[in-house]
Amino acid sequence: MPRKTMIEAIRDAMDVAMERDEKVVVFGEDVGFFGGVFRCTQGLQQKYGKNRCFDTPISESGIVGTAIGMAAYGLRPCVEIQFADYMYPAYDQLTQEAARIRYRSNGDFTCPIVVRMPTGGGIFGGQTHSQSPEALFTHVSGLKTVVPSNPYDAKGLLIAAIEDPDPVIFLEPKRLYNGPFDGHYERPVTSWSKHELGEVPDGHYIVPLGQAILRRTGAAITVLAYGTMVHVALAAAEEMGIDAEVIDLRTLLPLDLDAIVTSVKKTGRCVVVHEATLTSGFGAELAALVQEHCFYHLEAPVARVTGWDTPYPHAQEWDYFPGPARVGRALVETMEA
Amino acid sequence: MTEALRFHVPEPEVRPGGTPDFSNVPIPKAGSVPRPPIDVDPSEIRDLAFSIIRVLNRAGEAIGPWSGLLPDEELLEGLRHMMTLRAFDARMQMAQRQGKTSFYMQHLGEEAVSCAFRKALEPGDMNFPTYRQAGLLIAGGYPMVAMMNQIYSNEADPLRGRQLPIMYSSKAHGFFSISGNLATQYVQAVGWAMASAISGDTRIAAGWIGDGSTAESDFHSALVFASTYKAPVILNVVNNQWAISTFQGIARGGAGTFAARGLGFGIPALRVDGNDYLAVHAVARWAAERARRNLGPTLIEHVTYRAGAHSTSDDPSAYRPKEESAAWPLGDPIIRLKNHLIRRGVWSEERHAQAEAEILDSVIAAQREAEKHGTLHSGNKPSVRDMFEGVYAEMPPHLRRQRQKAGV
Repeated sequence: MPRKTMIEAIRDAMDVAMERDEKVVVFGEDVGFFGGVFRCTQGLQQKYGKNRCFDTPISESGIVGTAIGMAAYGLRPCVEIQFADYMYPAYDQLTQEAARIRYRSNGDFTCPIVVRMPTGGGIFGGQTHSQSPEALFTHVSGLKTVVPSNPYDAKGLLIAAIEDPDPVIFLEPKRLYNGPFDGHYERPVTSWSKHELGEVPDGHYIVPLGQAILRRTGAAITVLAYGTMVHVALAAAEEMGIDAEVIDLRTLLPLDLDAIVTSVKKTGRCVVVHEATLTSGFGAELAALVQEHCFYHLEAPVARVTGWDTPYPHAQEWDYFPGPARVGRALVETMEA
Repeated sequence: MTEALRFHVPEPEVRPGGTPDFSNVPIPKAGSVPRPPIDVDPSEIRDLAFSIIRVLNRAGEAIGPWSGLLPDEELLEGLRHMMTLRAFDARMQMAQRQGKTSFYMQHLGEEAVSCAFRKALEPGDMNFPTYRQAGLLIAGGYPMVAMMNQIYSNEADPLRGRQLPIMYSSKAHGFFSISGNLATQYVQAVGWAMASAISGDTRIAAGWIGDGSTAESDFHSALVFASTYKAPVILNVVNNQWAISTFQGIARGGAGTFAARGLGFGIPALRVDGNDYLAVHAVARWAAERARRNLGPTLIEHVTYRAGAHSTSDDPSAYRPKEESAAWPLGDPIIRLKNHLIRRGVWSEERHAQAEAEILDSVIAAQREAEKHGTLHSGNKPSVRDMFEGVYAEMPPHLRRQRQKAGV
């Protein structure tokens, strides 16, 4: 089976979707002729023409606003925000418009758009190229939020997102674009060509939204993670020699609560991991759900390992990033609690 | 010595207690503004952004190059639409005061803008309106009962009680769901138009915005995208002089006009007498033809006056003279069209009075029908289950759990 980077898998997903449905259009800043700053749309304009893949002015509210209008017309826009950190000008369009058009018009109009954005840090991107704003989307009724952790899922989830009848925020952990990353920044970079989840089938397949997957089975403790942190959690469990069960959530909303509850009821312990800041982060929601549904099975308080409540720093990147040492420590502490 | 810097905050000419003064609003003579060819180069008509296209003169005659487009029957129909909208507004305003709904926004003085514009569009074209263009629905034949059901949030409300009154939605009638926050719909209209062009369709879009919300960044985004992709869209700015209590000078700043905002984008920009049914229709038709012939977007500033309050939650006497609307130099759109039709010999004061009575009867009949389905605080309502439906195409598990918890 062909091995692909996450960039190639994402490109392949858009290619497959555009091939199958002429209503799918792709646009954003630098997305057309050049193929995107991360090259996710490379070749799509050449293959499908400027009508279906094109460059836009630097205006995130314009990109999302026009995508909403196009969806109202009947197209299926899949747009790129160059970095998730740039989405704020489009936040009004996403939260008050895209998310609510089906509801407020009682289905008279709908908004099947996908908004792709590279997310997370680990690339020395500083404050404006490293943020993880997923909780700002999961807090909004009407949006779906997806965070893939590998090329196979990225392709299947993106096709599912494009085919979904509702607006989907598709956060692409940029540190995973070219290879899995377990937080060991001091070690040589690895590539997807050596990873089994770099195997990406040709053609159409989907990974359904709303389904988590076990990346590691274990009996002692459950780790809830998504995106880059899945790889960090796996490394931490190995390094600490802890019999951890690692759940890759894949879709944050709708959330696969059954998978979480089943695992935590089995292990009795839970650590939640994300790169975004702690306070009011998505981990808070996960921790609340775990105590609500598994309280009488819990042996220890639910722990959270996250970015600190500071802006994402530059020089201190690896002190901010919740790497395997911090996750490992939380695993040990929760085991001992 | 260096002079101290001075901070500038624009002020309207007069405030309550003062004498209304519109002498600073230059009103060109009806018929005096030329009608350029449809395929004119925008750079050749820059002066149209600073003038006002008018057809009806003070004597009730339709004159000049923008006149002569509409036969008697269509003008009579237009008069009926405007009168219907005014009667509808009056009844619904009263219904709000009677506690039958929470909120209402009327069109008083602005009826020509949306009623005339609607008649320049073709079936299938799509409007992205704000809250003061219900004439698009009335003139498009949307049933008044459905509008009232929405206003009452009753059991027959097509929007199931989810939206503030008057935030209608009707795809079949070319009326995009009103959001209630401002300017977002302007760039969506451009997107819809882009999609139509991408699809090789023939349908066009129209965006709507008020003078105040042209200050939002979405206005700028819309103009950039419309200009860049030559989108088949008509970008309407309804300048009714007041954004709640804020006079239009706060949003306009030092620019001559709102229409002039289009010039920097290379978008042809026309100002029209928004209280002149014939002028609004003629200008809208010109812009629609441009859009349909792949000549791109047009910006239209409708110069009008909000004679009523912003909404039922507003009291304009606190910020502008009570007599100001009577002093507005462009008059009342219904009276002007009525006088024109009388002058044409196809209408009379008697027939007008009779039509007023008939229209009022039909509005009251619609209201009775709507009230059979309930009003906001009495009678039947949309179900609590409806509150949970339609957030997504398929209800996700967490909402299912919450609905269960709510006991529905």
